[in-house]
Parts: sequence; structure tokens; C-alpha cells
Amino acid sequence: MTLSGWQLAFAFVVFPGVIFTAGVGLLLTWVDRFVSARVQWRKGPPVYQPFADMLKLLLKQTVVPAGASKVTFLIAPLIGFTAMCITAVLLFYVNFFPSDSFVGDLIVLVYLFALPPLATIIGASASRNPLSAVGASREMVLYLGYELPFLLALSVPIILTGGKIRLGDLVMFQQAGGPFLASWAGAIAAVIVLICIQAKLGYPPFDMAEAEQEIMSGVLIEYSGAPLAVFRLTKAMMLLLLPCFLVTVFWGGLASWWAILKVIAVVVLVILIKNTNPRFKIDHALRFFWFILGALGIVAVILAFAHL
Amino acid sequence: MKDPRIWGLKKSPWVYHVAAASCNNCDIEILELLTPRYDVERFGVVLVGSPRHADALLVTGVLNRKSLPRVLEVYEQTPKPCLVIGIGTCTCGKQIFRNSYNAVGPYDKHLPIHALVPGCPPKPEAMILGVVKALSKL
Repeated sequence: MTLSGWQLAFAFVVFPGVIFTAGVGLLLTWVDRFVSARVQWRKGPPVYQPFADMLKLLLKQTVVPAGASKVTFLIAPLIGFTAMCITAVLLFYVNFFPSDSFVGDLIVLVYLFALPPLATIIGASASRNPLSAVGASREMVLYLGYELPFLLALSVPIILTGGKIRLGDLVMFQQAGGPFLASWAGAIAAVIVLICIQAKLGYPPFDMAEAEQEIMSGVLIEYSGAPLAVFRLTKAMMLLLLPCFLVTVFWGGLASWWAILKVIAVVVLVILIKNTNPRFKIDHALRFFWFILGALGIVAVILAFAHL
Repeated sequence: MKDPRIWGLKKSPWVYHVAAASCNNCDIEILELLTPRYDVERFGVVLVGSPRHADALLVTGVLNRKSLPRVLEVYEQTPKPCLVIGIGTCTCGKQIFRNSYNAVGPYDKHLPIHALVPGCPPKPEAMILGVVKALSKL
């Protein structure tokens, strides 16, 4: 099925593009704050809170620090935001029309998910602030850390299907023969991806790039007003899209009503991990990702070759 | 709700804590305010780490010649519109340092201030009342 021009425009702007993803993503950030509040025995903010935050930030004054590279500083948030919009369209399209995706869209999605951290690194480096430089270097190290186990884990479903690298094929394979999560290799790989989601979102225990207590929200320290709103919106969209990606690759795809519950389950799991773990030091995080999760990923790959 | 900017400010005031040479008593009480017991996140209040993200500055302590330029700099770094709320009796005047060569007088002489919460230190309830009064004046 090919989409006409209007349908394509609708797909990018309304569903499943900017408006849907941003709205649901912001609702999920409310879920995040509400669950965190309940964990701490509090009442928590009202449902409209993330939208009020967004409105306030969008209408607030934007300060560009003296000596910062102005164009780079202001464009950086838009890179990650655009990447997430494209990801939303690709991911949902593949789920609803699994026979109509292109070869290697899994790889495209992996690269699109790499753009938001890249955007934060660019923006933080452009802001001419020592603390955001520290944050940027931590973000870089963290990115190098989690990408290795992430890719190892993503190679597991490809091996289990016998070398199919189209996301649509993975979805159809799962619809025919059950989710990959049911196999040992798939379960281990899903756990690895879950922990990598935690790091990609910058949530504790992997929030050292934005460490509020030591480097004053690090990479975002100089951002104010609308660019900060775009960064937060990108984060909110990732909070929707990364669990959707996990469910697509390992848990049977999104094309059923059960998928809503599955996505919410993954999000709540991410939030509970966030609330019950202290922050790693950056070198510990790198060691954890490379030597523990990396080794686990290799085990998963071997199990996948043995079709367990 | 005439101006959406004011509505946004009222519904999600993010606070930044400026300790301008206070005796630490008010600062500890501000931390008390942000604990789960008082749960100010119900009103959208979040403690932020950078003045660039802040909507309300909580200042504490008697202003002196060393801290005044720092406080003014933090105020200028904060994107407008922003509130300034003085916490503690010290912010209302010079107090016991009134004869000191170093004290430079009350805050409202130097920067626009929206509410002063007296007390040594004020209770968290009093601070919430001060913030509510400052917000309802907007």
C-alpha cells in the first residue's frame, strides 16, 4: 500500500506523527511523575501538568548565552525532535502494514534513535558552559557504552528469523509463531534492551549526563524557554517510542489492543527502575554496559544461534 | 486567565534556590518544603538545578557587598517573566547587621521582589502561603 500526499502529510503531522506522539508522550511523562509520587507516598501533580510546563516553556524568554554558537545552539534541539517524528511514522507504519516496509528499516530506526543523544551533545557543546561540556562528555561515553549491548540484543531476533533484517518481517514472524520473548535468547535480549532504554532516556541509574545534584542538569544547563521545551518534548516522545520499539521487536508488535497494555507495562517498569536505583558513576556505567550487558548479549546471540 | 504566559507561570513555577549568605536555617527549611511530606509538586513546583530553567528564585540571607552582585547576576540569568521570593526575616531588611559596613540593605532596594516570608526560619506552610500570595498577585 502506498500513501497519497495528503495521507502522508496526515501521517507525519497528526497520527502517528507529531501531535499523537507528543500528546501521548506528555501523558506518559505525567504517568512517570504520578508513579514516582506514589512510590514516595505523595499525591503527585495533576494530569495537565506536563502540558502546562510545555506551554509555559514555549512562551518564556529564550536566553542564548554570550559566546555560544547561536545557530548550532538553537538548531540542536530540532535535530532530535525531527528524528523522533520520523521514527514515530516509521515504527507505527511498519506495525500496521508489516508487508510494506523496506529492507533494513531496523537499522534506520537504530540510527534515528541515536540522533537525540547526538543532538544533546551538539547543543551542550555549543553552549560554552563548562558544566554542560562535562555533561556532553558523559553523554558521549554513555552512548558508546549502551550502543554495543543494544545492537547485540537487536541481532537476536534477526538470527532467530534466519537473517531477516526487515522490521515488517520480524512482526509477521511473531504474529505467526509467537513473540521472541518466549525464547531464552529473546528474553535475555529484551532485558538488555530494557536497560538500554533506561540509558537512552537518561533516567536513573543512568542520568549522569543530567545529574541535577553535581552538574546542575548538565547538558541542558544553558537551555531556557522554547529550546528547552523541544528537548523535553523529545524526551517525552522517546518515552513513548522506545517502549513501542521494544514491544514491536520482542513482544509481538503493536497491531492489537493488547499492545497498549504491553507498552504501559514496559513504561511502568522503566519508571520503577528509575525510582529504585541510585545513579552510577560514569566509568561504572561503561563497565556495566560493556562487560556485563555485553557478555550477556553475546550469550543471547549464542543461544539464538542454537535456537533456544 | 487573560495571558497564557501568566497562566503557565502560575501552574508550573519551577524554583531555583539562591542562598545569598544566609545562616543555612532557611535553606534547610526550604529543603524541608520540597520533601514528600509537603508535596509541592501537586502545584507543579519543581526544584531545578539551573537558573535558566527557573520561574521563581527563592532568596535567603542578608544581602552584603559580596553577595549582591552574585544575586543580581543570577537574576539576570533567569529568563523573564520570573518571580523573586525572599525567604526569612533576613530578606526583609538588615536585621542584626544594621550597623555593619558590609550590609547593603533590603532586597527590594536592588531587585523587584514579589513576596517576603518573615520568620527565622519560616515554616514550610508559611512559604507555601507566600508563594501563593505572590502568584495570585500576577
